[in-house]
Amino acid sequence: MSQVAEDIMEISMGPQHPSTHGVFRMDVRLEGERVLRLKPVFGYLHRNHEKIAENASYLAAIPYTDRLDYLCSMTNNWGYALAVEKLAGLAVPERAEYIRVIVAELTRLQNHAGMVGFLLQDMGASGTPLMYAFTQREKVLDLFEELSGARMMCNYMRFGGVRVDCSPEWLRQTAALVAAFGGFLDEFEQLLTGNEILMARTQGVGVLPQELAINAGVTGPGLRASGVNYDLRKVDRYGIYERFQFRVPLGEHGDVFDRYMMRVLEMRESVKILEQALRDIPSGPVMDPKAKVRGLRPKVGEAYARIESPKGELGFYLISDGTPNPYRYRVRPPSLINLTVLEDMCLGQNIADVVVILGSIDIVMGEVDR
Amino acid sequence: MTLEEIKNRLQSGVPGCQVELVVNGSPSGQNSLLIDRDHGFAAATLLCDQIQLDFCSNVTAVDWPDREKTDKIKTKQTVDGVEKEIERTIKTRIPGYLEVVYHLFSMSKHLGPVVIRMRTGNRSDDVTVPSLTPIWRSAEFQEREAFDLYGVVFEGHPDLRRILMWEGFTDYPMRKDYVPPPDDELEGLREQ
Amino acid sequence: MLGLGIVKGLIETARNFLGSYVDKNRLVTVQFPEERLPVAEAARNFPFLIYDGVDPEQGLRCVACQICEKECPPRCITIEKSKDKKPDFVGKSQFYPAVFDIDVSVCMSCQICVEVCPFDAIRMDNEFELSTTDRFGGLLWTKEKLARPNEHYLAIHPTEAAEVEARRAEEKAQAEAKKQQAAVTQ
Repeated sequence: MSQVAEDIMEISMGPQHPSTHGVFRMDVRLEGERVLRLKPVFGYLHRNHEKIAENASYLAAIPYTDRLDYLCSMTNNWGYALAVEKLAGLAVPERAEYIRVIVAELTRLQNHAGMVGFLLQDMGASGTPLMYAFTQREKVLDLFEELSGARMMCNYMRFGGVRVDCSPEWLRQTAALVAAFGGFLDEFEQLLTGNEILMARTQGVGVLPQELAINAGVTGPGLRASGVNYDLRKVDRYGIYERFQFRVPLGEHGDVFDRYMMRVLEMRESVKILEQALRDIPSGPVMDPKAKVRGLRPKVGEAYARIESPKGELGFYLISDGTPNPYRYRVRPPSLINLTVLEDMCLGQNIADVVVILGSIDIVMGEVDR
Repeated sequence: MTLEEIKNRLQSGVPGCQVELVVNGSPSGQNSLLIDRDHGFAAATLLCDQIQLDFCSNVTAVDWPDREKTDKIKTKQTVDGVEKEIERTIKTRIPGYLEVVYHLFSMSKHLGPVVIRMRTGNRSDDVTVPSLTPIWRSAEFQEREAFDLYGVVFEGHPDLRRILMWEGFTDYPMRKDYVPPPDDELEGLREQ
Repeated sequence: MLGLGIVKGLIETARNFLGSYVDKNRLVTVQFPEERLPVAEAARNFPFLIYDGVDPEQGLRCVACQICEKECPPRCITIEKSKDKKPDFVGKSQFYPAVFDIDVSVCMSCQICVEVCPFDAIRMDNEFELSTTDRFGGLLWTKEKLARPNEHYLAIHPTEAAEVEARRAEEKAQAEAKKQQAAVTQ
């Protein structure tokens, strides 16, 4: 028995690691190659975003929300704008709602493509699927640059609408991208989905049971891969999502392969939503002309609003005390909550699988640490 | 199920539990239930088992420092035989506390946010609340964060230690009276 | 057959590789800096101050109202008002900034200063090749470094600038009309 005890190794898969999706550390106790215990350690990117927002006005907090989940800045902005609109009781014009849906689904497309690419990179595919995904991501980022001025830190949503209107030329380019995306997904799936190495490395690995997923607060594609039908676009019906017809894919086994397939299927559903939104977008203003850009002072009270960001449920909880700065500003980060079950999924697996499982949860450290 | 009904269920289901409805002033209309600390765990167990609020979405702490309330009261006083109305200012000191807010949802029944709150005694030595992690596992990291950034101690938490700040850090960064340490790097370079 | 999935994947890779010789859409790499993609019109990087005419001191549009300083999220703008006034484009006497500094190492290019400026005085530039070896002085841009002529604004953001020009021409015409009316009634 002492022989077995000598084989136990404690490794710190430290913050500087090519596969840990940012500055993330895991203290892993191994017996040979099997994981006995895994404790995630983070906080290396903690910038105390919540305190900064308490000292800044409501408008000044918007560029900081871009930097939470820095790959999906448009949906972060939308979550925050939704919370302030609930807090202050502001209405959003029709065209702005459609534009919000269009940019949010474009964000979902580029996030899921990137996630699949990085998952394959973690499995050792040396960047080929990643670069194929990035060709599409670059097109989406070019669209964002034409619309809002910046590729990633868009700072686009405002309380009661969006900052600037999109031109008909931009809508034409978006429609061209969406029309070509289905073909890209077919090629991408031909490269990946039937691949025996992918299937051997991901099927049966990192299984997340349904009850644990619900109890641990896992949301987003990870939850739906375990078979729970909970998509905030269908449950809360925020914005104008009830006008679009799309399905919610569900997984059966809750393993890494299901989480990978979730992303691919959700990309196809996002393409459907985009086609409908681009077809139906009305003309009109994108912001109430009488709305003040600066100096918003909501009444005393609080509000909690949540959206289905590509990573999961992104929530914003705001308490206002009547001054131009929020009294309490809280971000409910999906990546942090999804990490609660990392240990449970990795127990008994090999250390090579830990990297794959972490890649399938899809975390961004800007959101975990804020 | 309205918040009133939930309040009645809690008061009947957990004996001795004090539940108060806190009205929200904003147009969002999200009122919350203030539950006392001693029965917090039993109340949360009831909410999870009987009302099927199986998804705890958000756990956060709020810092309410000591406040001074000034009230101006008009009283009648006889001065030199004449009744006059005099205004007196009375200052009352409202002690501060730390508050923990939970947002609960039901995945099985698609129920909206049920917001519950628990308050500590004060901000210095009486800072414990019961931990709801044994009921909802999603509270594990978020309660650790509330402990790290606010100093709220959760009794019954399986692993209560700092999560975002490094081990050995002694202050609570999100409190209203937190003073950040001087920026050493920039000060040294400014002198140059 | 075992391995069919891998073979299909290899066919896909071959299609992309050989296709890049014939199809422009598959050849996605741009050989920067020899080749450059055209910059989008709305692209933004760091702010600059606009001056009309040829003299950066006299023609500077900024009236030191300090709204951008208050709204800037990381507080990278430092403004000091002047003691005297000078006339602006409609002839009204306005203050001007004696000191207008932007700390570019702090600026996060959020464009809020542009959004809140009531005088069209600050706009976003799109230059991104700005590296310098001086970490503190080189990245603290003063009024002299920030001031650019209006022609530069018209060149980089034509659609926006056309609208601003039209609005300013209208305001100027209205001010002229008022002045003439006042001269007539006197």
